[in-house]
Amino acid sequence: MTRVTIDAAGMHYTPLNRRIREAIGAGADEIVITGVMGQRFIADGVRGRGTIIIHGIPGGDLGMFMSGPTCIVYGNCDHAPGNTMDSGTIIIHGSAGDAVAHSMRGGRVFVRDNIGYRGGIHMKQYQDKCPVLVIGGEFRSFLGEYMAGGLILALGDPGKNSGRERGIGSGIHGGRIIIRGGPLDDRCLGVGATQRPLSGEGYRQIQPIIREFADVFSLDPDPLLRDRYTEIVPSSSRPFANKYTWE
Amino acid sequence: MCGIIAVIDRAGCPMDGTKIRSALSMMDERGSGEGAGYAVYGAFPEFADYYAIHVFFDAVHESKAAVDRELGNWGTVVHEEEVPTYENRNIRKVHTPWRYFFKPDPSLMPRSETPEDDIVMHLVMKINTTIPGALVYASGKNVAIFKASGWPEDVADFYRIQDYSGYIWLAHNRYPTNTPGWWGGAHPFNLLGWSVVHNGEITSYGTNRRFIESYGYRCTMYTDTEVVAYLFDLLVRRHGLSPEMAVKALAPPFWDDIDRMDKKERTLYTAIRLAYGSAMMNGPFAIVVAQRDGIVGFTDRIKLRPLVCGTAGSRLYISSEEAAIRTMEPGLEEVFMPRAGEPVIGRLGK
Repeated sequence: MTRVTIDAAGMHYTPLNRRIREAIGAGADEIVITGVMGQRFIADGVRGRGTIIIHGIPGGDLGMFMSGPTCIVYGNCDHAPGNTMDSGTIIIHGSAGDAVAHSMRGGRVFVRDNIGYRGGIHMKQYQDKCPVLVIGGEFRSFLGEYMAGGLILALGDPGKNSGRERGIGSGIHGGRIIIRGGPLDDRCLGVGATQRPLSGEGYRQIQPIIREFADVFSLDPDPLLRDRYTEIVPSSSRPFANKYTWE
Repeated sequence: MCGIIAVIDRAGCPMDGTKIRSALSMMDERGSGEGAGYAVYGAFPEFADYYAIHVFFDAVHESKAAVDRELGNWGTVVHEEEVPTYENRNIRKVHTPWRYFFKPDPSLMPRSETPEDDIVMHLVMKINTTIPGALVYASGKNVAIFKASGWPEDVADFYRIQDYSGYIWLAHNRYPTNTPGWWGGAHPFNLLGWSVVHNGEITSYGTNRRFIESYGYRCTMYTDTEVVAYLFDLLVRRHGLSPEMAVKALAPPFWDDIDRMDKKERTLYTAIRLAYGSAMMNGPFAIVVAQRDGIVGFTDRIKLRPLVCGTAGSRLYISSEEAAIRTMEPGLEEVFMPRAGEPVIGRLGK
């Protein structure tokens, strides 16, 4: 196994990303970056394999357009980690800001703790590409706004993830938001969204994801597997068919 | 997109400008090099009881005599000086910053309950609308404002902010979008004790401006944030609202939330929305407002701009990015993101 270590303290993101690309191009299995403090765009557009381990507080748009690698962050992320990510995995041992997994089109983003507003905004899917965002803690309003595909799974304490947020799935026209716990108050749902108890088949589909999430963060999966879930989906196959055109 | 960071030491311990320069520079990506600025409270202990009137002169020999005359009509200048600046290759000194330490004569505003503040407010509006080539950009007691067109680190070096200390600092890195960048359009905006830094835009500016100008304020800075300083002055100083209530007037709860409140709260928030409908701010914003005894940070109601807070001992930090806070304070005890429209308040002595 080849490992590359980069000290990013005081380094601008441009040379930092150059170093990451060089290491991936040279076939490194593991790239350890220390001293990260607000550098944006880390691992953006990187294609290939390998694991990028980030110690510190990365800036916005971590792993944007990334295709393949795994990023593991020991710290909190800023806005939009996984922005338009193509494939690969981002694992955040901490919290993240607004618009996590913005327009994500493939791969997985696992956040151990909380996320900000508009998580999973405009996630999409196509053929075999189906992005997954899993949140271990709380989310804020407009989760899954304009969602077009993919899966958002919110595993946080149902007592904390209910009631106060608004606009969940606002403008959703594809994909699924699955939230741990019973049904939400209908006023929490956005325009075009509807909720129903998760089906047996849906439950079978999220089981392996829950197990993997628990494994990654060394959590006990049993309470998560035992609980009930609510699924939020578009209210019809084309909820906004008459929004811009009249047939 | 702009970058903001603010800190208060609630025990009143002074901090110099070194760290906030680093924190704001860390967010260079949020600006365009066309405006940056800093505010510091507690900057002038030897003149703490005097209004620190800061003026940008286009040409000192052309406009200063008129400003001197205007100040002389309303009070006494106990000290004045050109604000010390240091040559910087990235900053073109198109204005000369000047500061007066001024004591108004309260007997000249006999029917006012706050005659000194009202005199200074009147002077600011009068000078900014009638004396060409002079712009008053700060007028608070014991508050210094340092701003110019440039990058955060260059503006800091231009004024050598490390030579100043205070218990509150605000800093702002500007990315002008709707109006061109210029020295007067850089943040922080200040009037009397109020200083404001803002990321976003206030799309209700036209309505807010008409509202605030009906109370005697005049907008002269060619950018939206100016109204926030005047709105806080009107709502808190002149109308007696608490800072919490002022935030609820500017970024009020939605009507459907008000409908679900208990009767007492519903009556209060309905009254606030009706009384201050024209003060309500629309559009994306994250704002920090400072006054002598504290800071308040808040965002628009649907959270279209970032705001993150951190605490360490007696210090409360509010910023666009957590990394900026950690640049100033590696040993944070707590980090949190306030909910949309909910004020975060740091008060001196609490």
